[in-house]
Amino acid sequence: MPPKTRLGDYLERKQSAIEGGGPQATEKQTAMGKLFARDRIRMLLDPDTFHEYDLFVEHKCLDFGMDKKQLPADGVITGTGKIAGHPVCVFAQDFTVAGGSLGLMHAHKITKIMDHAMKLGVPLIGINDSGGARIQEGVNSLAGYGEIFYRNTLASGVIPQISVVLGPCAGGAVYSPALTDFVFVVDKISKMFITGPEVIKTVLGEEISMEDLGGARVQSEISGNAHFFAVSEQECFAQIKQLVTYIPWNNRKKADSFLPCLPRLTRSLETIVPAEPTKPYDVRDVIAAVCDGSDFFEIHRHWAANIVIGFARLQGETIGIVANQPLVLAGVLDVDSSDKAARFIRFCDAFNIPLVTFVDVPGYLPGVDQEHAGVIRHGAKLLYAYSEATVPKISLILRKAYGGGYIAMCSRHLGADFVFAWPTAEIAVMGPGGAANIIFKNEIAAAPDPDAMRKLMIAEYTEKFANPFIAAANGHIDGVIEPAETRDTLVHAIEISARKSESRPAKKHGVPPF
Amino acid sequence: MDDETLHRLNIDGTEYETRLTPTFARRQRYVAGDAHHVLARIPGVIQKVNVTPGEKVRRGQALVVLEAMKMQNDVASPRAGVVRRAHVTEGEMVVKGQLLVELE
Repeated sequence: MPPKTRLGDYLERKQSAIEGGGPQATEKQTAMGKLFARDRIRMLLDPDTFHEYDLFVEHKCLDFGMDKKQLPADGVITGTGKIAGHPVCVFAQDFTVAGGSLGLMHAHKITKIMDHAMKLGVPLIGINDSGGARIQEGVNSLAGYGEIFYRNTLASGVIPQISVVLGPCAGGAVYSPALTDFVFVVDKISKMFITGPEVIKTVLGEEISMEDLGGARVQSEISGNAHFFAVSEQECFAQIKQLVTYIPWNNRKKADSFLPCLPRLTRSLETIVPAEPTKPYDVRDVIAAVCDGSDFFEIHRHWAANIVIGFARLQGETIGIVANQPLVLAGVLDVDSSDKAARFIRFCDAFNIPLVTFVDVPGYLPGVDQEHAGVIRHGAKLLYAYSEATVPKISLILRKAYGGGYIAMCSRHLGADFVFAWPTAEIAVMGPGGAANIIFKNEIAAAPDPDAMRKLMIAEYTEKFANPFIAAANGHIDGVIEPAETRDTLVHAIEISARKSESRPAKKHGVPPF
Repeated sequence: MDDETLHRLNIDGTEYETRLTPTFARRQRYVAGDAHHVLARIPGVIQKVNVTPGEKVRRGQALVVLEAMKMQNDVASPRAGVVRRAHVTEGEMVVKGQLLVELE
């Protein structure tokens, strides 16, 4: 056969495969406000860097008329490419092909690219847009999911795993994103749930829309399943591109160093934090005033906003920031904020990212709902994560650090390398109001004017204990610094800790209070 | 997405000015259960009401049969006592937490 014909045959096959479900299905996809899988990959990766594999993979199902059906690329596109120059492995489910349903070969294309990512030591990005299991393939489809979950778990803490939910991701399928490090969702496009509205209606008689059950906003605000919320796919891809610059390729590397730059915002730190410990302020203003370029890449912005987590840079080096947020719920620790911070701390520890903690915490959120939701075991995750972490751990107490909250927020006692405090810091067993009520209970009750007496006792307690000097006298903190010295102090602490080495007892793995 | 209203929140005797989270705003007030009330633990359909007012019942005795999740569930009396009233009838659909039987 002349070579030209062979080539022609190949080009024909290729063209047919890359068209996915064809023009009609693509039109439907567009009508749903969604981009075509190949366009998504193109927009996500650096121009002309995508290399595709397994384009000609075909399913092997013979039942239910499947033997007569050809599914281009078996409904999933896999390959390698670059984002901001960083190599990545990527897969994108193609909803135009059999609704992006997952059969065995579809799953094997995904597990193959996952195995590549592990061997190459590069991040994995999965774009999910699938109706779920390919029912015709029966248990083979379930096998496929299981093999993906298994690899997600093995890859956890070895390579960064990023999930992008750009369509339905329901039932068992949604456990793959849940096992990964970062989940991105887009308003009105992402739908995530274990059991859908139909089942809930049948079994429980409760009516709820797909959007209210597991839409992007719900997953970003209420459940915390999603880390990043965007209003368009374009915005979502821009977020991913930014994230990739802050994290290393794998757990044996460090994140890229950038050119150091000063904060853009020069508002003095003293004016950001009100002296009165009951007054709110946005702790992100402190972060902006301290970090390179005032840039802060916030994670879980809309969920458990009483704690703030995210990446920034100090003198060009990536740091992971955990900060109580007095603006929301007074910055208390609770079930969700503990979960949120603990997982982030473990990510930073796994990927060699130093932790900087800004402390302004009144304690734990009181309430029946909190106790019954397990604030004990969830709160314990935070203690566990900080204690377990061996990356450089630097804390700065801005204002209050009361009680259990003080201990939990990366105190010296949990192995912090450096703990600093501003002169405005109050390191005490509880707030002056509560403490005076207990310590001077009898004096207050016996006084002719209990209210005046209470105020007097609060003032006395505040004078004696609401400061950083008792903690400093005991060596629990390493230094009291002026707010203006903050950046220099933190930069030095990060620099001096660059080659920190700390070991933990040998074990198969710990047993954290999951 | 962010509600910027400031509220007062008391933590350990100190009142703070602060915003709330959606989850906090959705909290439900805790109400202690009434020991005389037998409630539906799951939604479903009442298949049978086994007791009448004034009837003495043993602890663990099936007061009503509730069909839910394709199962016939015996709703057992939490203790020995006397039935004051059955609040449901056969064939009735009940929601989770609905009062089924009241004991004296």
